[in-house]
Amino acid sequence: MASWDIMHGSRAVAEAVRLADVDVIAAYPITPQTHIVEDTAKMVADGDIRAEYVKVESEHSAMSVVIAASGTGARTFTATASQGLALMWEMLFVASGMRLPVVMVNANRALSAPISIWNDQQDSIASRDVGWIQLYVETNQEALDTTLMAYRIAEDAGVQLPVMVCMDGFVLTHTVEPVEVPDEEQVSKFLPKFKPQQYLDPKDPMALGPIAFPNVYTELRAMQQQAMDGAMSVIEKVNDEFSAVFNRSYGNGLVEEFKTEDAEVIIVTLGSVAGTIKDVIDERGDSKVGLLRIKSFRPLPEDEIRRALKGAKVVGVIEKDVSIGLGKGALASEVRDVMYGSGDSKILSFIAGLGGRDITLDSVRGVIDTCEKALSEDVETVHWVDLKTE
Amino acid sequence: MEIAADIPSYVRCRQKCETSLIANRCWKFSQTVKEVSDKELFASGHRACAGCGGTLAIRYALKALGPNTICTNATGCMEVVSSPYPEISWKVPWIHQAFENSAASASGVESALKALGRKKGVNVVAFGGDGGTFDIGLQSLSGAMERGHDLTYICYDNEAYMNTGVQRSGSTPYGAMTTTSPPGKLSFGEDRQKKDMPHIIAAHGVPYVATASVALPLDYMAKVKKAAAIEGPAYVQVYSPCPVGWGSDPAKSIEIGRLAVDTGMIVLYEIENGVSKVSYRPPEKIPVREFLKTQKRFRHLTDDKIAEIQGFVDERWDKTFR
Repeated sequence: MASWDIMHGSRAVAEAVRLADVDVIAAYPITPQTHIVEDTAKMVADGDIRAEYVKVESEHSAMSVVIAASGTGARTFTATASQGLALMWEMLFVASGMRLPVVMVNANRALSAPISIWNDQQDSIASRDVGWIQLYVETNQEALDTTLMAYRIAEDAGVQLPVMVCMDGFVLTHTVEPVEVPDEEQVSKFLPKFKPQQYLDPKDPMALGPIAFPNVYTELRAMQQQAMDGAMSVIEKVNDEFSAVFNRSYGNGLVEEFKTEDAEVIIVTLGSVAGTIKDVIDERGDSKVGLLRIKSFRPLPEDEIRRALKGAKVVGVIEKDVSIGLGKGALASEVRDVMYGSGDSKILSFIAGLGGRDITLDSVRGVIDTCEKALSEDVETVHWVDLKTE
Repeated sequence: MEIAADIPSYVRCRQKCETSLIANRCWKFSQTVKEVSDKELFASGHRACAGCGGTLAIRYALKALGPNTICTNATGCMEVVSSPYPEISWKVPWIHQAFENSAASASGVESALKALGRKKGVNVVAFGGDGGTFDIGLQSLSGAMERGHDLTYICYDNEAYMNTGVQRSGSTPYGAMTTTSPPGKLSFGEDRQKKDMPHIIAAHGVPYVATASVALPLDYMAKVKKAAAIEGPAYVQVYSPCPVGWGSDPAKSIEIGRLAVDTGMIVLYEIENGVSKVSYRPPEKIPVREFLKTQKRFRHLTDDKIAEIQGFVDERWDKTFR
């Protein structure tokens, strides 16, 4: 039986790991991911998850363990954040290069220095080129559901790529919301036991991770991109199937549109701040402003973005990261790239919520004001939201 | 008895003691050649240099372990020479991830086998060079040893970063020339002693630690077998001459390996459940100069430095063999 409860986002993820019937968990504690590590450890200790729990000495080893375990045929899970993600960065490429269906939750947190334990999305955005599918969630329910969907996507025969579920640290991990925990039997129908196509087995030896010379390296990278392209429709399909079983879905799985139809201003964002933006749009009571929440940042659904933004005169991208040196948010520059040659909408970059600074209703109202101003006059293309100037 | 042509001379030594070809001595074997598998699980045709000790370390280990084995490998010479895609020398399942995580990788394999009910009878063996073990992989190795996984870690020790062109590692011996410990007006070569890795591992309380040499293959294979048979983590450090890095004659790798133990430059021992046991006692002490002069990495050493090294060796000799 499905059950409702009030729970932290971390707990919602742990419930998903339990329901996914994982075989090997390896994780190293880091704020704000700690409760995921603790809750899954307790579930293993209580026999609620029948898995090997490897208490590794670093995030680098956490990723190394799940890579090897996945290569040996196990369904695996790990979770991290910020400095931890940075430490395992080397291994992120190995997981995707080996085409292993590892699933990881990243509790988005700012990077040092100066050290900050609070939320932004610089960590996963800085890991955008590691070859992982990246799915950003808005709510605790979506964190649970997306973790389950992540296994279906990662393990799909045509995909075979690792998936990073990105949830905002503290904003989701440490905040309680009502969450429906799905029924075990329904989950096992949606997500059957992992059946790897190939794995390390003395009865049928194979090698994982050989050296590739220049004559093959490019082709192997191109195959990863092909798999990413193919993942797009798999993500949509899995979102549909999830909806059919559990009566919940998240846009089309790749993007979620909110009142974009007649909007002349469309805000684009990732993750939990979408909730705040929806509230501001709702309070306006008109149809001039809409929201495009990009759930799948990798693969980046270019067609969906183009279609959604087609009618907008001004696009304001609010994101919790900045590409220092480029001088704008990474998502804003990608949206600009996607929109190149389609229409003449202005694309503005709003850098907000770094190092845990709240993006309040007023912050969002200010962003929308700037975007509306841009309808009739020239405005700066980059804005640091709520920046203190003295 | 008919002796196969490809059995090296040091093995023949055991077969016909009385006509021993190696320094007129016989090795106290714990095994006989007859017990050694003639099945090759590390295929020839790999790209290692002539006289490579590291590839012998793998070949012998796999003979001892048999086919029911899964191996992990650190980045390094052995990974590079054995796996040029789409060719592979390993006839057992093999995974290479990165430089510093062969032990974590093996932890993952072992945990998956346990979780999936496939562990029984399967040896999980991690390989790493001295750089991947003493230096960059130490944290990952320490974690794996401390967690108590049922795996064997084999460090093929050639005393420097050979894959990148002979840079010093924590294993490089005192006085040795490498490209990052060059002798010069202000330098006599490496100015630190070799790190005592086996005792660092032993301090983790693991059931089995051993040192070995590819020049004494039956002893090495017996130790690998023992390490794999023991429940829990085990560490075997095998001395593996590298003609390119040491500046030695590729035809003399085994001879140099034997000189290393007979001069006392390295000591072969086991630490089983905390109890140390010397596994080879040289019949007579050969001056360390005899070992040093076989390799260009030591040729810059002055008589004073050689005497200093002899002093260190004498001290260890007295402690070990008294």
